[in-house]
Amino acid sequence: MTILTAVLILVGLSTVFGLILGYASVRFKVDGDPLADKVDSLLPQTQCGQCTFPGCRPYAEAIAKGEAPINQCPPGGETTMLALADLLDVEPLALDEEDIKESDMPEVAIIVEEDCIGCTLCIQACPVDAIVGAAKMMHTVIESECTGCELCLPPCPVDCIIMQPVKTTIDNWKWKKPIPIERTYPVIPMILIENEQK
Amino acid sequence: MSENTAYKLWEFHGGVHPPFHKDESTQLPIKSAGIPKQIILPIQQHIGSPAEPLVAVGDKVDKGQLVAKANAYISANVHAPTSGKISAIEELVLPHPSGLKGLSIVIDTDGKDDWGNSGKYPSYENFKDVEPELLLKRIQEAGIVGLGGAVFPTSVKIEGAEKNNIDNFIINGAECEPYITCDDMLMRERSAEIIYGIRIIQHMINPTKCLIGIEDNKPNAIQAMQQACKNDPDINVISIPTIYPSGDIKQLTKILTGIEIPSGTRSVNSGVLGQNVGTVYSIYQAIIEGIPALSRITTVTGNGVQHPQNFEVLNGTSFSFLAQQAGGYTKMADHLIMGGPMMGFTLADDKPPITKATNCALFTSTTALRESNSEFYNQPTLPCIRCGKCMDACPVNLLPQQLYWHIRAKDLEKAQQHNLKDCIECGCCSYVCPSHIPLVDYYRFAKDELHEQKTTQEKADISRERHEFLLYRKERDKRERDEKRAAHKAQLQAKKAAMAKKKAVNNESDDATESTTDTAKADAIKAAVARAKEKKTAREAQSKERQDEQQPDAKKRKKKGTNDEV
Repeated sequence: MTILTAVLILVGLSTVFGLILGYASVRFKVDGDPLADKVDSLLPQTQCGQCTFPGCRPYAEAIAKGEAPINQCPPGGETTMLALADLLDVEPLALDEEDIKESDMPEVAIIVEEDCIGCTLCIQACPVDAIVGAAKMMHTVIESECTGCELCLPPCPVDCIIMQPVKTTIDNWKWKKPIPIERTYPVIPMILIENEQK
Repeated sequence: MSENTAYKLWEFHGGVHPPFHKDESTQLPIKSAGIPKQIILPIQQHIGSPAEPLVAVGDKVDKGQLVAKANAYISANVHAPTSGKISAIEELVLPHPSGLKGLSIVIDTDGKDDWGNSGKYPSYENFKDVEPELLLKRIQEAGIVGLGGAVFPTSVKIEGAEKNNIDNFIINGAECEPYITCDDMLMRERSAEIIYGIRIIQHMINPTKCLIGIEDNKPNAIQAMQQACKNDPDINVISIPTIYPSGDIKQLTKILTGIEIPSGTRSVNSGVLGQNVGTVYSIYQAIIEGIPALSRITTVTGNGVQHPQNFEVLNGTSFSFLAQQAGGYTKMADHLIMGGPMMGFTLADDKPPITKATNCALFTSTTALRESNSEFYNQPTLPCIRCGKCMDACPVNLLPQQLYWHIRAKDLEKAQQHNLKDCIECGCCSYVCPSHIPLVDYYRFAKDELHEQKTTQEKADISRERHEFLLYRKERDKRERDEKRAAHKAQLQAKKAAMAKKKAVNNESDDATESTTDTAKADAIKAAVARAKEKKTAREAQSKERQDEQQPDAKKRKKKGTNDEV
C-alpha cells in the first residue's frame, strides 16, 4: 500500500512537472539560435568570406552547430580565435601562419579614381555598402565604413582598386608595449658559484 | 579669508616625494618670450574635434583674429596670437609623444603685434550685471581650455557645472609635478587677476564654498593669494602638504573636502568644479581685458638651458625659440620633455610649437631624469619581486603589480577588472619600483589596446548592421520586383478576362451584326493570305531563275578553286 502511495505521488509529481516544462518550452521558446548570436558578436564582421562561408553570420551558425572549426577567421586573428575558444569552452586551435601575417595591419580599399570606368561591379560586391557611385560615373570608397575584406578586388575589370593600410593619426595612435631589457639570472646565487670556483 | 590653521584637511592614499627642483625656475620674474619669426598653430590643441581653418594661404591676419573655428560641441577656437601673414596650412610635427604630424596653420609674423580693426572683445567690466550665458559664450569664443594639462574646453566644463549644484569650487594651485613653476609664478605676480577670475566663475555657478589649494612649498604664492583675497571672506586660500600627485583634481578634492569622486563619474556629479589657476587667469583676460587665449605661462627649465625661468609665451612659438630666450642650451641638454619628468613625454626635436597644453619645457640631461622616472634607466629592468611598494604608493588605490602581471600575460580583460581605467598615469608606481620596471608604460599600452578593441568592436557592430541591411534590401527589392511582376500578370489576365467577357456579351447581344462583321473580317483575312501566297510563289520563282543563272558561275569558281589547289 505504502509503495503504491509513493509511486502515485511520484507519478503525480512527474506529470505536474512535465506539464510545467512542456508549457514553458512552448511559452518561453527562444527564436533563432542564441549561441550563433554570441559567436556572431565575436566575429570581426568584415564579411570577407575567407572562412569559406558567405559572411560572418553563416560562419557563426556553422560554429554554433559544431560544423566548422574556430580558427577559420584571418581578420579576427588570434584574439577572435581565443575568444571563441573561451565562449565555446573548447581547446584553442592554431591559425595558419599566412593568416596571422595578414591580420596584423588593418587595410582599407581605395579606388584609383582616374582609372575607374564606372562599371558598378564593385558596388555590387561590397558586403557593407561602402562604395558609392552610379553607372558610367566614377566610384569611391567610404573609408570609414570599409572593412578591408578585399571582395571588391576580383570583380574590377580594370584593376583600379588598391588596398592601403589605415593611416595612423593622433586619434588611433597607440603606446607600444614596453620591451623590458631583462637579464637572465642563474638559479644558484653567484656567490656560491664564486666560492666553488675558489 | 579663513584661518588656514583651522581648516581641516584630509589625506589621500599613497603619493611620493620626488626631488621637486622648483627653485631653479623661480629666481627670475615672468618674462615675455617675444614674437618669434614664425608661429605654428595646430588646429587641434585641445581634447575633442579639431577646429576648422577659416583662413587661406596668403591671408593677412590681425592679432586675436579667429583663424580656426570650433565645429563641434567639444572643440575650441584657435586665434592668431600676433599679426602676420599665413604662409602655409600643412601637416607639421605636433608636440605629441607619437611624433606624428597634424594640420597646422603657419603664420609669418610681421612684428607689429597689431590688433587691427576688429580689436579686442568689449570688456565686461561689471560682470555681475552680465547674464552668465553671455559670459559662457565669451569663454567659448575666446577658445579657453583647461591649462592644467587636460586641455578640455572650459566652456563645456562650466556649462556642465551650471547644470549641477556645485558645493565646492576648487582652484587648483597645487602644482605638484617636479620642475614646473608656471602656476606658482602666476600666483605670485598676478594674484589680483586670478581672484578677479574666481569671482567671475563664482558669479556663473554660485558655489557654496570656494577653495584655493596650494602646496606648502610655495609660501610666496600662498602669501600673495591671501593678500589678494583678504576682502573676500568666501574665498579660502588653503595651504596643503607637499606630496605628489596632490595636483590631480581627484586627489586635491580629497585633500580639501574629503570627498572621493567615484570611479567612472565626473567631478561635477559630486558637486565639485576644479579649475587650474592658469585657466582662471585666462577667463579674467577674456572677460575683463577682452583678450582671447593667445598666450600662456610656460616654465622653461632643467640643466639643459642657461637661465631657467618662466615665460609668457604666444601659442605656436617653437621650443627652440624658447630655449634661445632662456639663454640657449648647455652641454647637458640631452632630452626635451613636454610637461614634467613624472607625467611628461619626450619630444624627438625642438621644432614643434608650444600649444595651449604646454605648461613646461624641460631641457635636461638623462642622469637628472633618472631620479624621477625609471623610463630613463639604461640598465636592464629587474624582475618584479612583488614587494608591494607600488601598491603603497598608488594614489588611486589600485594594485599596480597585479595590473602589470595581467598586462604582461596579455590578459587585458583581467586588467580591466582591476580598474585599469582609473589609473591617472601619475608615475608613482614606476618611481618607487626597486626593479625599475616602467609600470606606467604598461598601463598606457593596455589602455590604448583596450580602447582600440572597443572601437574595433563598435566598427564591427556597424558593419554587421550595414551587412544585415544590405541583405534585407536585396530581399526587399526581390520581393518588390516579384510582387510587381505578379501584379502586372494579374492585371493582364484580368484585362484578357474582361475582353473575353465583353466579347461574349457582345456575341450574345447583337449576334447578327457581329457575325456579318466577323465573316467580312474573315473574308478580308483570307483574301490577304491568298495575296501573300501569290506573291511568295512569284518571288520564289524569280529567285529560282536567278539561282539557275548563278549556278554555272559557282561551278566554275569551284573548278577554279580545285585547279588552284592542284
